[in-house]
Amino acid sequence: MGSFAYAAPDNLADALAVLEQHKNAGQRIQIFAGGTDVLVQLKAGDSEPRTFLDVKNIRETQTISLKGDSAFIGATIVCAQLYENLALKEMFPGLIESADLIGSTQIQGKATLGGNLCNASPAGDTIAALYANKAICMIAGKSGSRELPVEDFVTGVGRNALKPGEILLGLKLPKPNANTSDAYLRFIPRTEMDIAVVGAGVSITLDDEGVCVDATVAISAVAVTTLLVPEAAQALIGSSVDEVALQAAAQASSAAARPISDKRGTKEFRRKVVGVLTRRAALIAANRVKGEAE
Amino acid sequence: MSKMHVSASVNGEPVEFLCEPQQSLLNVLRDELNLTGTKEGCTTGDCGACSVMLDDRLVCSCLTLAAEVQGKSVGTIEGVANGDTLHPIQQALLEHAALQCGVCTPGYVVAIKALLEKNPLPSESEIRYWLAGNLCRCTGYDKIITAVQDVAQQMAKADKNAGEPA
Repeated sequence: MGSFAYAAPDNLADALAVLEQHKNAGQRIQIFAGGTDVLVQLKAGDSEPRTFLDVKNIRETQTISLKGDSAFIGATIVCAQLYENLALKEMFPGLIESADLIGSTQIQGKATLGGNLCNASPAGDTIAALYANKAICMIAGKSGSRELPVEDFVTGVGRNALKPGEILLGLKLPKPNANTSDAYLRFIPRTEMDIAVVGAGVSITLDDEGVCVDATVAISAVAVTTLLVPEAAQALIGSSVDEVALQAAAQASSAAARPISDKRGTKEFRRKVVGVLTRRAALIAANRVKGEAE
Repeated sequence: MSKMHVSASVNGEPVEFLCEPQQSLLNVLRDELNLTGTKEGCTTGDCGACSVMLDDRLVCSCLTLAAEVQGKSVGTIEGVANGDTLHPIQQALLEHAALQCGVCTPGYVVAIKALLEKNPLPSESEIRYWLAGNLCRCTGYDKIITAVQDVAQQMAKADKNAGEPA
């Protein structure tokens, strides 16, 4: 029977050393950021003693950098910091909206982008928006750092690709050009404070004639992980994001969904709504590129 | 496992306490520091009764480890009134009968104060969204919203008068 411990190293090397120590000793350790999922799970039954490794004091996880071709968002940046950052909001309006949808004001002051991803809920709001924006996970470990596309990071319900001894430092997102924008929509039966029944994130690039030249479509809460839907993206590419293309994208998302029925919604409902949200999110993203009102 | 030693500031005063690594801030505030104004509701971040300020952020103290506040400043309901003089937000909640059992009220006061510091004249929908994480099973919410609208006006007026030469 072990005991609880808490460590909050102020640099990466020390944090990696703590992870390594626990790995070698076979002791349980859990990376801790905002705590809004971890402490709920602790109370909900997983009360086994462990060390909490708080990674909020590591400089890299607390950094937002918009220099160069990509944006970097540190793993422990909280939702409120995301939507208070006007430059980020302008660059990735869909991603920022997804962070703004999570929980209450209180939760948004604590819950982190990296935590939402690592917690790997099928309904995690920022995850579909990260997929849509082709985010790359920046991972540090004892033997160096590695990069992993976000769609390879989430491996199952509550499971991610971090190996023992590794820390997610943050997410690198290619900066959108002036002709690219994104959107994220979710369905919940009330106006706020709920978990997505279905979600869809879309990023769209148009050429100067308004023809879609690139698109990424991701859907959530309709399978064990968020899914990329290349067929929906293909339906949009080459079109002027007209009704025919939007309907085709919607059908592709509905076809790709592998939902379950639960208290939040039935399979049939989710399958239909994921198409509707794909269509609407694609339209919003395209209108954002064109600078049209939503 | 020995207890952890934590130094922080609570309501502007330096405070030191010992805590278990897994102990919540809520638990330490109430049981170690005897600051029982912060209420325990759901303990899962849904109800907002335990709302406190952590540095400049409104958070649920039930979803914060006490160990996390090392070197940080915590603001609780006990730091809101000025001695026996209620804060205008507390006065407005009283005048509008915006509380009954009172368990949610400390969390509301802290949350409303955080709102008005960021956004002195919020719209009704901004108020409702900001306070969506504070549950009240007595009032039906409308009285709370009206009280916030009223006190926001009062405080804005007082600020304006304070800024003008007498």
